[in-house]
Amino acid sequence: MKGESKGILKRISGPVVTAVGLEAHMYDVVQVGDEQLMGEVIRIEGDKTIIQVYENTSGIRPGEPVSNTGLSLAVELGPGLLTSIYDGIQRPLEVLVDKMGNFIERGVTAPGLSHDKKWDFKPLVKAGDEAAPGAIIGEVQETNIVTRIMVPPNFKGGVVKEIKSGAFTVDEVVCTLDSGEDVKMMQVWPVRVPRPVTEKMNPDIPLVTGQRILDGLFPVAKGGTAAIPGPFGSGKTVTQQALAKWSDAQIVVYIGCGERGNEMTEVLTEFPGLEDPKSGKPLMERTVLIANTSNMPVAAREASVYTGITIAEYFRDMGYDVSLMADSTSRWAEAMREISSRLEEMPGEEGYPAYLAARLSEFYERAGRVETLNGDSGSVTVIGAVSPPGGDFSEPVTQNTLRIVKCFWALDAKLSQRRHFPAINWLNSYSLYLDTLSKWYDENVSPEWNGLRTWAMEILQKEAELQEIVQLVGSDALPDEEQVTIEVARMLREIFLQQNAFDPVDTYCSMEKQYDIMVAIKLYADLAYAALRAGVAPGRIVTITAKNDLPQIKFTQDYKADIEAIRKAMEAEFVKLREAL
Amino acid sequence: MKEYRTINKIAGPLVFVEKTEPVGYEELVNIVQSDGTVKRGQVLDTSDEIVVVQVFESTAGIGRDSGVRFTGETIKMPVSKDMLGRILSGSGKPKDGGPEIVAEKRLDIGGAAINPYARQSPEDFIQTGISTIDATNTLVRGQKLPIFSGSGLPHNEIALQIARQAKVPGSTEEFAVVFAAMGITKEEENQFMADFERTGALEHAVVFLNLADDPAVERIITPRLALTTAEYLAFELGYHVLVILTDMTNYCEALRQIGAAREEVPGRRGYPGYMYTDLASLYERAGLIKGEKGSVTQLSILTMPGDDITHPIPDLSGYITEGQIVVNRDLHRKGIYPPINVLPSLSRLMNAGIGEGKTREDHKKVSDQMYAGYAEGNDLRGLVAIVGKDALSERDQLLLEFADHFENRFVRQGHDEDRSIEESLDLGWELLATLPEELLVRIDRDLIRKFHPKYRSKEA
Ligand SMILES: Nc1ncnc2c1ncn2[C@@H]1O[C@H](COP(=O)(O)OP(=O)(O)OP(=O)(O)O)[C@@H](O)[C@H]1O
Ligand SMILES: [Mg+2]
Repeated sequence: MKGESKGILKRISGPVVTAVGLEAHMYDVVQVGDEQLMGEVIRIEGDKTIIQVYENTSGIRPGEPVSNTGLSLAVELGPGLLTSIYDGIQRPLEVLVDKMGNFIERGVTAPGLSHDKKWDFKPLVKAGDEAAPGAIIGEVQETNIVTRIMVPPNFKGGVVKEIKSGAFTVDEVVCTLDSGEDVKMMQVWPVRVPRPVTEKMNPDIPLVTGQRILDGLFPVAKGGTAAIPGPFGSGKTVTQQALAKWSDAQIVVYIGCGERGNEMTEVLTEFPGLEDPKSGKPLMERTVLIANTSNMPVAAREASVYTGITIAEYFRDMGYDVSLMADSTSRWAEAMREISSRLEEMPGEEGYPAYLAARLSEFYERAGRVETLNGDSGSVTVIGAVSPPGGDFSEPVTQNTLRIVKCFWALDAKLSQRRHFPAINWLNSYSLYLDTLSKWYDENVSPEWNGLRTWAMEILQKEAELQEIVQLVGSDALPDEEQVTIEVARMLREIFLQQNAFDPVDTYCSMEKQYDIMVAIKLYADLAYAALRAGVAPGRIVTITAKNDLPQIKFTQDYKADIEAIRKAMEAEFVKLREAL
Repeated sequence: MKEYRTINKIAGPLVFVEKTEPVGYEELVNIVQSDGTVKRGQVLDTSDEIVVVQVFESTAGIGRDSGVRFTGETIKMPVSKDMLGRILSGSGKPKDGGPEIVAEKRLDIGGAAINPYARQSPEDFIQTGISTIDATNTLVRGQKLPIFSGSGLPHNEIALQIARQAKVPGSTEEFAVVFAAMGITKEEENQFMADFERTGALEHAVVFLNLADDPAVERIITPRLALTTAEYLAFELGYHVLVILTDMTNYCEALRQIGAAREEVPGRRGYPGYMYTDLASLYERAGLIKGEKGSVTQLSILTMPGDDITHPIPDLSGYITEGQIVVNRDLHRKGIYPPINVLPSLSRLMNAGIGEGKTREDHKKVSDQMYAGYAEGNDLRGLVAIVGKDALSERDQLLLEFADHFENRFVRQGHDEDRSIEESLDLGWELLATLPEELLVRIDRDLIRKFHPKYRSKEA
């Protein structure tokens, strides 16, 4: 600890204030004004210390005191994180309602974890065992998820002298080491510093999301990065929420950064009633929410992504696969811009600070599949929404994000307007993980899967070219084979790509079901081209009735018998078509 | 209260005052002109050397000789139940010849953010009687749903029709309308007031009027006064409040004017970089709170400059609101009222407010199917212009006709035509029945069998 220092306020201009006479280091947390609002040092200039304040500054006057805590902005990590909802600086919103009612007033602090609650600590090491930094010394069965208690990474570590068992608060010592260090269930970690790992590994396992277009065409790896840019109303939030619900991560951190209050409420009301398709347990039990909505202070919005990713890293260090959604990284960038312009910094592109690109890449760099300090493996997958002004992807936040992330899921207003959801444009989007993941698909889905994907992409690409001709001459003028291609592409779009997030069955589609649907479409295509070669008229081929039942499969839970029946019916119908020749 | 005569700079709506005692950020300021007129303002930046004050009225008449008084508190407004039926100016002064508002409470107009944990998800269907809203872009209680329009289009008529007809079927709870005009013309004001009087709505309404010839910077506080009033009525008195804010474009122009006067680095098209955050501080003041009876529903109107939906004003609004109703010039030219283009329109809270037990089990699917049909039919219009109708397949010809029927029968309705949700959905089915059944891929078989006119008439 650097010791307390006091100064006085000299200037207040929105969320940025200036103090004089304060001894400070960059990113120290300070208490501003008579009400001791929380702030953080963001610039030092001669005798002046410039501070961003995490709460509303109205009414604060020059002359009021400022004191430096000497600490960095940090989060409390330990049992109690799961199922919580926090603001951007880890104040629990549930506790704030108790303390100050329905509206968020200022000057109230609340710790991120409950310091009174006792948790059942079960030791996993015994006296005499080695406990290096990152080592797991015990666990707490929280929800259905176990929070593993680790030696903090910034400890020296040593041999366990004494370890306890039983009910403790997060502040009580549960283990002492011969290095003289006391391990508690809670650790405190500065949000702007990535938590250390032994090594970054190559992400080669997909994050299975249950979303056909993602798993099927543009998969993200566990520990990978993805961006979802799109204009307003195109489906960023719905997609992020679907990922938060159905992706096969063990822990989900969902950051509502500068977005709507109601969307966070929706997650809070909906998640406890939904089941994890794998564990059957309520989804809320694996979820941590950070909600710093658009009308909450911008400085805390800036901090919210760091708070979120630090919590994600903490669970990763326990050996979990964590996925983190940030909705929206553009609001985070705008918060940086707002603070930067109050500092009268030289603006870069479109008023964003020159360090925008650096901040974005530092953030995404905290994703990854890693070997943890204790030798286990864990991952943080980062999926960021981007909200480009006017839906124009050439703007700085989208462009700088594109340079870093490996998956690009481009939302398209043209698709959302015609209610093609998810409105992810299959021609512009891409995933750079296809090669590294192909082995997993071979082994876990089917050796045919990678081939089917390539086939589907080719058909869709072909359709786009044909559509240009159709726009000029009408579809009847196309050659026979291409008429069939157009029909197959339409099936791929309407049956495979479209997925209704609000349908209780279709919202999640297992890899197996994705494969079955794809195979059925491919079967139709194969039969159709064969019939065409045998001389059947394309008009008859595209209007066979057996395939009309295929879309219903999406909404059917036990679909196996149905899809088998459709396959048979298609085969039979094509046999008839050829016999009729 | 101390009065300073240390004004050293006046630039547009900003007054710079030197050598003051410590003054609080966002404090309310009174500026006294030499003729005794008092003007109000707010502190934008404060330091021990200089204080920047944004004046909410014209700065004409303010000079070095004017006195500046800092009130020591942020802007608060008196609120009371007696405000219902009153007409106030854009800064909250009585405009109807009635007495000053006697405060039951004085509230900060900035409005603190509702804690997301305290919010209740909106899910009560509001029937507006307009098919393109009820059936395809459903409004629910506590939603913020703006109307994106263009100059010269009938957005006011639509807003008034909604205000007249909006009801939650089966509910008898108390409702109120808070109407805030920012920079609208006298003529538009008359249109609104005449309608409020004709229908008796004024009794349940609080009206704030900042007209085109009122000071532009006053527009910064007008919506805040309106929303503070709305929150009071909703969360302290239990009313279901519909807030109409018009025209948000004028509000944003005022915001840009202040940004320019402060010599800030401008963002897109000269609007301040913080406009998203500023607009959010208005639009987010809508919703429901757990355990409270009332609600605030927001219907703001904005005119898109050059009909451009990517302009920063509609763009940033759309990123905050829970959907948008887009009024379209082509439909208006075709003589269709209300000229709502459903394709770019959206209600994000629709799913929560519809379906079995709320509206009808087929609602979502009928809506999706109509969208798909209309979108496809609409695209085909472009093709027809090139290749002619005869070159289209039979399927495409039917879709093309569907798009026409959709506009002429579903979109078009009378100014006082109040369609129930059943009527709107049945009308939808009637139009869908013009398409072959196998084209209705978005609707489950069961629903088709239950609601498709073909099967229904057989049963009857
Ligand atoms: N997969 C989906 N299935 C069904 N509907 C969807 C799907 N994705 C999006 N939608 C529809 O699109 C609407 C808008 O989506 P969403 O709120 O996710 O947009 P957004 O891109 O997050 O917009 P904003 O930037 O304004 O937050 C939703 O309310 C829903 O009606
Ligand atoms: Mg969103």
